[in-house]
Amino acid sequence: MTPALILFAVFVFIPIFFAIYFSFTDWNGISPPAEAKFVGFENFRVLLFEDGIRRADFFKALKNTAYFSLGVVPMQTALALLLAVVVNQRRLRFKSFFRTSYYFPSITSSIAISMLFLFLYQKNGLVNQVLETITFGAWEPIAWMADPRGLFHIIFGWFGLTLETAPAWMQANVLSLSVWDWLSGPSVALMGIMLLNTWTTIGTMMVIFLAALQDVPREVYEAAEMDGANARQIFFKITLPLVRPTLFFVVTLGLIGTFQVFDQVYVMSSGGPAKTTLTVAYLVYRNGFTNSQMGLAAAIALLLFIIIFTLTLVQRRITEGKKE
Amino acid sequence: MTTSSAYTPTRQISPWRENLRLVLSYALLFLIALIFLYPFVLAISTSFKTLPEINERPVALIPQTFTLEGYQRMFSLNVGRWALNSLLIATIVTISNVLFAALAGYALTRIAFPGSRFVFLAIIGTMMIPGIVQLIPMFIVLKSLNMIDSYSGLIVPKMVTAFGIFLMAQFFEAIPREIEEAARIDGANRFRTFFQVVLPLARPAIVALVIFSFQGSWNEFMHPLIVITTNQDLYTLPLGLAFLRGGLGQNLQWNALLAGSMLTTLPMALIFLFFQRYFIEGISYSGVKG
Repeated sequence: MTPALILFAVFVFIPIFFAIYFSFTDWNGISPPAEAKFVGFENFRVLLFEDGIRRADFFKALKNTAYFSLGVVPMQTALALLLAVVVNQRRLRFKSFFRTSYYFPSITSSIAISMLFLFLYQKNGLVNQVLETITFGAWEPIAWMADPRGLFHIIFGWFGLTLETAPAWMQANVLSLSVWDWLSGPSVALMGIMLLNTWTTIGTMMVIFLAALQDVPREVYEAAEMDGANARQIFFKITLPLVRPTLFFVVTLGLIGTFQVFDQVYVMSSGGPAKTTLTVAYLVYRNGFTNSQMGLAAAIALLLFIIIFTLTLVQRRITEGKKE
Repeated sequence: MTTSSAYTPTRQISPWRENLRLVLSYALLFLIALIFLYPFVLAISTSFKTLPEINERPVALIPQTFTLEGYQRMFSLNVGRWALNSLLIATIVTISNVLFAALAGYALTRIAFPGSRFVFLAIIGTMMIPGIVQLIPMFIVLKSLNMIDSYSGLIVPKMVTAFGIFLMAQFFEAIPREIEEAARIDGANRFRTFFQVVLPLARPAIVALVIFSFQGSWNEFMHPLIVITTNQDLYTLPLGLAFLRGGLGQNLQWNALLAGSMLTTLPMALIFLFFQRYFIEGISYSGVKG
């Protein structure tokens, strides 16, 4: 007990107070920490209130992370639930084969998987070839991880709306980014990472849903079937309400995970192309460990913590509201 | 499986519709299984191909000329040393994690000491702090303690985790106190009760913790990334792999990189195939039902 407590104090508790302190300094991460100069709220001012590259980068990262999360969380949750419901069918066989193969990517190294997907996302790689096949050749192969075009920008383009033809309000600057930039949607490269992230996490979430589904007594479904309910009614009127607590657990897990996506960005894109895969977590690393601005990085990390904490609280409030 | 012939539905679902649904389910499930497994199959195959062939036919399933080039290159790049590092670190981290988590979890649920409730909540509370937020604090401490670029820097901070303590505490909470009291009355002291009575009962939780710790340590990337700055002999497999990807620039030697990726994946894949029941059970212990 005591050794565990000491380890914990040294490596978790005390450091967090250090980190808060260093977010108010100009420490570069290289010189002895004691030489860092106290600069008050300077780091936070630069990130939030001063028009410039550092504020632009911070909000760019925040924007990318938000798109990432808004895309991945609903996608992985819905697919995981769908798979769990399908696998949980009474008469279905090979259940353990399906469960095993879906869960398998979750146990592998994120770095190895990122490497593998980098290979699949090449211009002549598997992903493009499959898309070409299923669209009967209509799909134009793209170099996924080198493509900075935003999804919404591409869609705007179909309707003739480009940066040049965009109305004046879209060119306006909000928090060091133009409205046009804010509305970019995830870039193709970011979507590549989003698909990868969904692919690796679905398995875990499906297993969590399966555990919850197996707690629902068979009789409940049998009774509903006897009363003539169809599959859709059973899903929305019975399954969904019963797994609601699990659903919110999975969404929380997804939010926390997507707001700190790092490994995949490090291996697959290093934040590029055109900073469209720059995430907040990667920005923390880049500022602190490659740009020698540890104080600034600590400030970003603190802001990220506040964001994740707030999101979790908001989400919990919604959960509790729904229960009543 | 229960038979469903025991009752008569008021509205008969036609059997062919029922069968159609089943067929569609199988089609969907096998298709998705393919999406999950095929990339691994292709990666294994590619790791045995020659570089020109990979450039020409990157999606072909069977190598035209089978070569060990990729693996040879990997081993000439010190991947053996990195694998040993990963194994050593994961083993020590797993053993100490189980030991400390079991002791701390037991103490926190069974021994009332002043402030024990507060300590428990404080430990669990740190589970809420995202890993990326702990990155800089961790670096500050390791730097202050001169543990950057050392095995101790890779191992010591990971020797006990809040998750482990939480998992064990939850499990101990569910074991009836009467069992221990009976052992106590029979003359066993606290330590004997713990090691001979309580611990064996907590076997499922321990197995789950062993698996999670090993997997976590084996796949860990961010921690070694900030701890090891210069000494490549201390790289772990994921760190070495990421380093190679960066070092090779645009001209990626896919057979070598995918050989390295598969070498990193293989041990976890084997552990998973043998112990998959515990993986699945472990997930349901880790708070879903708690």
